[in-house]
Amino acid sequence: MKRLYLLLLIGFLILLILPRVLSSYVLGIFIMIFFYAYLGQSWNILTGYTGVISLGHSLFVGIGAYMTYLLTLTLGLSPWIGMWIGGIAAGLIGLVIGFFGFRFGMKGVYFVLLTISFAEIGRLIFLHLKIFGSFQGLFITPEFSFGNFQFKGNTPYYYIGLGYVIFSLISVRLLERSKIGRYMVALREDEEAAESLGVNVFKYKMIAIFISAFMTSLAGAFYTNYLFYLHPGTMMSMAFSIEIILRPIIGGMGTVLGPVIGSFLITPLAELSRSYFAKAGYEGLHLVIYGFLLVAVVLFFPRGIITYIKRALAKVLIGTK
Amino acid sequence: MNLNLLLQLAVSGFLLGGVYSLIALGLSLIFGVMRVINFAHGEMMVWGMYVAYTFLLWTGVDPFFSFLVSAFVLFILGYFLQRTIVNRILDFPEAMQVLPLVGMAMVFENSARIIWGPDYISPQSRFALSSLSIGNLIIDTPRFLAFALAIIITFAVLLFLKKTDMGKSIRAAADNRLGAFLVGTNVNQVYAICFGIGTACVGTAGGLLVPIMPLSPHIGAPFTLISFIIVILGGMGSLTGAMVGGFVIGVAESIGPELITNIFHGIGLDLDFPQTMKQVVSFFILIVIMILRPQGLLGGKKG
Repeated sequence: MKRLYLLLLIGFLILLILPRVLSSYVLGIFIMIFFYAYLGQSWNILTGYTGVISLGHSLFVGIGAYMTYLLTLTLGLSPWIGMWIGGIAAGLIGLVIGFFGFRFGMKGVYFVLLTISFAEIGRLIFLHLKIFGSFQGLFITPEFSFGNFQFKGNTPYYYIGLGYVIFSLISVRLLERSKIGRYMVALREDEEAAESLGVNVFKYKMIAIFISAFMTSLAGAFYTNYLFYLHPGTMMSMAFSIEIILRPIIGGMGTVLGPVIGSFLITPLAELSRSYFAKAGYEGLHLVIYGFLLVAVVLFFPRGIITYIKRALAKVLIGTK
Repeated sequence: MNLNLLLQLAVSGFLLGGVYSLIALGLSLIFGVMRVINFAHGEMMVWGMYVAYTFLLWTGVDPFFSFLVSAFVLFILGYFLQRTIVNRILDFPEAMQVLPLVGMAMVFENSARIIWGPDYISPQSRFALSSLSIGNLIIDTPRFLAFALAIIITFAVLLFLKKTDMGKSIRAAADNRLGAFLVGTNVNQVYAICFGIGTACVGTAGGLLVPIMPLSPHIGAPFTLISFIIVILGGMGSLTGAMVGGFVIGVAESIGPELITNIFHGIGLDLDFPQTMKQVVSFFILIVIMILRPQGLLGGKKG
């Protein structure tokens, strides 16, 4: 274990100095890697550790983004504070979804449909709110300052994105080692067995969905202030939910490093192929490739790429555990 | 409240509901037999629409006849999709079955975009502008024709399942996979044909919808969701349930926005519920039905 931490530390130090050598375009790709790694990690808490599949996490990103914006607009509150309030709002919505889903015993596909329903209702409501620009979407005129979470150039976003990822890694690692995390894994593996041993299944599922929704929505503030444009049709769509879940599935669900590995593999591929195919006149081809990837991963590597990386690194990490 | 308008909306929703029934029948058939939910259902319907449209371009045959071509192409697609992918995931945990089909939905949606382009197209049927009137009600002919054909095809599929040998094998495999296997049914073949029939249903529905609504590669997802809602409302795997659910959702989506706007105004709220939010009505119905009656209106067993 110690060697793994050492390896991660080296990786972290390399990431720290990268902005000095990389172009702004490449930094942009790294920012997207961090963004999706963070989102995947947040989703991983619910689906990877608890086994409850959600296909509606875009809802929480949307709530975080719009709440943060609304608080800045009406109260002049800095996004650095507003994002936590947005997080609590998203967490509460998560609890509502969880209450309906877990109290009424919706499992598997039923819960998936419940999350999709809430996300779609949310998307349609936000799409019709005049204050958020309705169908045109919302353009934000940036005023660059630290307090506004708005910066010129990619470097500050790079470090903030990296911060998000570190924050999520530490939280999930702590969660994994805590009693709550162990209960979550127990009920994922066998709900009835866990319940018969006295684990309050409902309670721990609710805790998982709250944490997951809360953390997901924090990324909304980042999204708003990085792109300066909000539209429910992109950020709250089911397609975006699929983007969120793709990386942790490919990397390895229910592991701390899986979503990060998945994002480092998929995001550059996605960004590069998107621009390459769009230039070649095949817009959407990268999504076809995505689709086949999703099929292939579930069919051939259902436990994710991380198992293979672990095996490959076993020599380096020997004597660790 | 304008009763005549509501009635007009209800009739138009009811007619569309007939097509919804056919879409949901395909989904329900696949689920009833294989216990797999086809998350690419709406996207495959869009393929059915484009096939009918392409056939129209090449031969000039009206979409109201070329739906047979859509059915055939979608049958082949469904058959091979089952053989290559779906058959491998049958024994996966329910949750893991969702993801490959979501992946296939992305493949269908975006390959349609590459092949046929991203823009909206609305090809004209020769019946496009005509309409029938019964008293105060005006019914446009394409919608009525789509409804009538959808109902006929739905009954044909039900009859096929009841009367023919293949239909009986499908029902046998649905009831008891092992038992059907033991008496010599080629279960894999039956499953693939059944999946093909399910996607042929949705392909047909796509062909019938071509004269009614503009098509684009990205309209599939709402139809996937609508067909889930209908199937859960009617009862998972219940074929008559799919029909009833189709009509309920067709009418609810059509009159819902107008009705809710009236209620809002009635209680003094200055709020409109625009037609573009009609899906909210369906999702609301889905949430309520999953809470109160998860086995669906006509479903027998619980859960």
